[in-house]
Amino acid sequence: MSQTLNLTLKVWRQEGPDADGSFETYKAKNIPDDASFLEMLDVVNEDLIDNGRTPIEFPHDCREGICGTCGVMINGRAHGQEKGTATCQLHMRKFSDGDTIVIEPWRAAAFPVVKDLVVDRSPLDKIIEAGGYVTAPTGTAADANDTRIPKEAADSSMDAAACIGCGACVAACPNSAAQLFTSAKLWHLNSLPQGQPERYKRTEAMVETMEQFFGACTNHGECYEACPKEITLDFIGYMNRDYIKSKVKNRKLAGQQS
Amino acid sequence: MLPDSKVPAGPMAEKWTNHKFHSKLVNPANKRKFKIIVVGTGLAGSSAAATLGELGYEVEAFTFHDSPRRAHSIAAQGGINAAKNYRNDGDSVHRLFYDTVKGGDYRSREANVHRLAEVSTNIIDQMAAQGVPFAREYGGLLANRSFGGAQVSRTFYARGQTGQQLLLGAYQQMMGQVKAGKVKLHTNTEMLDLVVKDGEACGIVCRNLVTGEITSHSAHAVVLATGGYGNVFYLSTNAMACNVTAAWRAHRKGAYFANPSFTQIHPTCIPASDEFQSKLTLMSESLRNDGRIWVPRQLNETRAAKDIPEAERNYYLEEKYPAFGNLVPRDVASRNAKTVVDAGYGVGPLKNGVYLDFADAIARDGRDAIEARYGNLFQMYERITGEDPYTQPMRIYPATHYTMGGLWVDYNLMTTIPGLYATGESNFSDHGANRLGASALMQGLADGYFVLPNTIGDYLAPKLNQPLVDTDDDVFKESERLIEETTSHFLGIGGSKSPDHFHRELGKIVWNRIGMERDEEGLKSAIEEIQALSKEFWSDLKVLGDAKSLNSSLEKAGRIADFFELAELMARDALDRRESCGGHFRTESQTPEGEALRDDDNYAHVSAWEWNDKDTPQTKHAEELTFDEVPLTQRSYK
Ligand SMILES: Cc1cc2nc3c(=O)[nH]c(=O)nc-3n(C[C@H](O)[C@H](O)[C@H](O)COP(=O)(O)OP(=O)(O)OC[C@H]3O[C@@H](n4cnc5c(N)ncnc54)[C@H](O)[C@@H]3O)c2cc1C
Ligand code: FES
Repeated sequence: MSQTLNLTLKVWRQEGPDADGSFETYKAKNIPDDASFLEMLDVVNEDLIDNGRTPIEFPHDCREGICGTCGVMINGRAHGQEKGTATCQLHMRKFSDGDTIVIEPWRAAAFPVVKDLVVDRSPLDKIIEAGGYVTAPTGTAADANDTRIPKEAADSSMDAAACIGCGACVAACPNSAAQLFTSAKLWHLNSLPQGQPERYKRTEAMVETMEQFFGACTNHGECYEACPKEITLDFIGYMNRDYIKSKVKNRKLAGQQS
Repeated sequence: MLPDSKVPAGPMAEKWTNHKFHSKLVNPANKRKFKIIVVGTGLAGSSAAATLGELGYEVEAFTFHDSPRRAHSIAAQGGINAAKNYRNDGDSVHRLFYDTVKGGDYRSREANVHRLAEVSTNIIDQMAAQGVPFAREYGGLLANRSFGGAQVSRTFYARGQTGQQLLLGAYQQMMGQVKAGKVKLHTNTEMLDLVVKDGEACGIVCRNLVTGEITSHSAHAVVLATGGYGNVFYLSTNAMACNVTAAWRAHRKGAYFANPSFTQIHPTCIPASDEFQSKLTLMSESLRNDGRIWVPRQLNETRAAKDIPEAERNYYLEEKYPAFGNLVPRDVASRNAKTVVDAGYGVGPLKNGVYLDFADAIARDGRDAIEARYGNLFQMYERITGEDPYTQPMRIYPATHYTMGGLWVDYNLMTTIPGLYATGESNFSDHGANRLGASALMQGLADGYFVLPNTIGDYLAPKLNQPLVDTDDDVFKESERLIEETTSHFLGIGGSKSPDHFHRELGKIVWNRIGMERDEEGLKSAIEEIQALSKEFWSDLKVLGDAKSLNSSLEKAGRIADFFELAELMARDALDRRESCGGHFRTESQTPEGEALRDDDNYAHVSAWEWNDKDTPQTKHAEELTFDEVPLTQRSYK
């Protein structure tokens, strides 16, 4: 049977993007250890509402680790200390009775706080908009099996495509860099036959858009540690290689070298 | 009166082709003169927005999410069907059509379903061209699996993240159109009203969830791709924010709501563990390909699963349905689980589940093979329950998963309001009374990529050079005023209970009375209970904070208000339909073996409900269904 926990929470509260924020302390009482971290926050919020205090805004939706909406700093770590786990999949059995938990929003200049624990991650969409797609208008496709893709290549592409766009990589990085996010999308598309025609144009556009919003990568590897999908650092290397190629003047040639 | 369903004449296999030929077209150079609003950017919405943009229309896309990639479609695990027959196992467009009509227990429109099966093959081509990393065989060709009881392997998948990969494909394609300037994207923007002028849809009114600003947007046509309403049950496998508001507000403006009581309870979800449970997690149906479902034969069994000998296990699906075994359709699997749990054979700490056991599969194929097939699902299960499914059986129980009901649409996907379309899960069209696994992704993308872009021109063409309705027009201003009024009302009630409290209580009524089994008495009391709780909601609700910044309690209040009205209609619809069909099981109407018993003489129709006013229940209109291709038979999975 499940146990219950009593916890102390120090939660970042901030009215809006321009307001000053501060930590407030709350008690989380009788939390079943089968509950998820977000269900624990639900309970705290119900309690706050009962006491006439505005509930904590926190990001969440699917609660299955796939939509990428959730994400807070838990005791200084993006998504908490359990590896390969989004905040919504973290369960209270990983905590002990009497723990104090510090909960903050993602901290990055590119992700301004919207309210409390919710931040604005729209720059990630900007990177996709810059070139994170294959131009293939509806109706133009040939039979799907006309293009064979070796299983290993498809699997490797899928490893990168598994990114959920939560932004933990940025939040964990001392420089607030978005290399892991960007390179994962690039490898997803650049490693497939379908992605070849626009490979270098895509790489150049996405990398340069990334640089407009985010910091530089200095190889700390914190992003990988924080990533709920354990996206590997290899993709960053592939991205850098393609980016240099994209700068080669003769794009036609670059396309053939790949 | 229900408008004509516009099902084209002619042989089934030629209807769609002929229909496209006979539809009016908008000349390519004129498309830019039309503005189309797409609400919702899940599979159905993103694919529609991208395609309409490519065609040349001016598109504005809206989502309440902070990014289109968050839509609930992202969570689909198992796969997407298509009649490619790559396995050479006897599949065809006709078979997919046949399976879908039969699986829906003969409550869908044949012509729509046939079209769905026809375009299914194009979807796979389109998504592969988008760079969706579908699973592949070693030779580099696409892999398939059999899914959800299908007798052929027609399901395409991308590990256990098919919805994610398809949504990313459609979202990225749409972002390409955003970059091209053809789609204007509004995130964090919730549609709160549909605006109608002279009987035609002319725009929407929205609230910006971050700033609270109320804005009006006009267009020549409005497309709703706003997903399903499973969260009326409170606990469901849907994402927390899924709701019925967009469809419901359109219903209140005149769009008929069809078959609201047709909801799907998915058999393989992780059972609730405590009262704080906020949602239920689906364990993909593909698990039933290898997992065996059982409960102990003995009441009050206390031994661990592995200590219960074979002879004392009841593999109830395999026993009762030898031909289909663990792969019976969802509704049948769910109801049987309920039966054994209600009889006291449930397993787990709360005795609220049945076992899904992989021991035989692991012994047969090896742990590695099982891990390759289901690794991420097993990991997800372990995270949630703290139990290791490689060494002890999973515990599963049915949960609300999908809603077949939705806005009534004709063959063109147009609702009863001219100029308003509904696509994806938000419409009622293709799944009848029960949806087959891996068919929702197919339908969302069929609607958005291939159907709507081909049918919307027929409505728009005659409107060439017609100006948009000004957003200063009274119709917009009046709608804005009402929204502001309701918002301040919620903030001003000053009651004692949170929106979640009401949602939870409403969910209990819906689950108990309008869930897996329904009967006249229960449905009648459901209506009374819902009305009583609704009264309390409007007088004792407590919403703190203000309307000028992010306020999720305020958002929820509006959505729950709509769920109350929907729940009541669900009960009325279920009460009215005195037969069992698919997911709608009226205990009064069953075969001697306890299976759903249809009444085709009286109920082979779609029930489309017309809104009257807040105090007058909806009026029912029936669209008679005819079955020319798939003969009506009693479903049997023995
Ligand atoms: C856990 C799970 C697993 C599933 N697995 C499968 C599977 O394997 N195969 C399969 O075929 N199907 C599966 N389904 C079903 C399938 O995922 C859905 O039916 C389908 O994705 C719905 O797509 P949609 O585009 O219609 O709606 P959604 O993806 O729900 O998108 C709705 C969109 O509308 C927006 N929206 C809604 N209301 C408003 C409003 N008022 N204002 C602004 N925007 C609004 C949302 O922001 C969102 O963008 C699964 C479902 C669940 C719950
Ligand atoms: S809420 Fe969707 S990933 Fe956590």
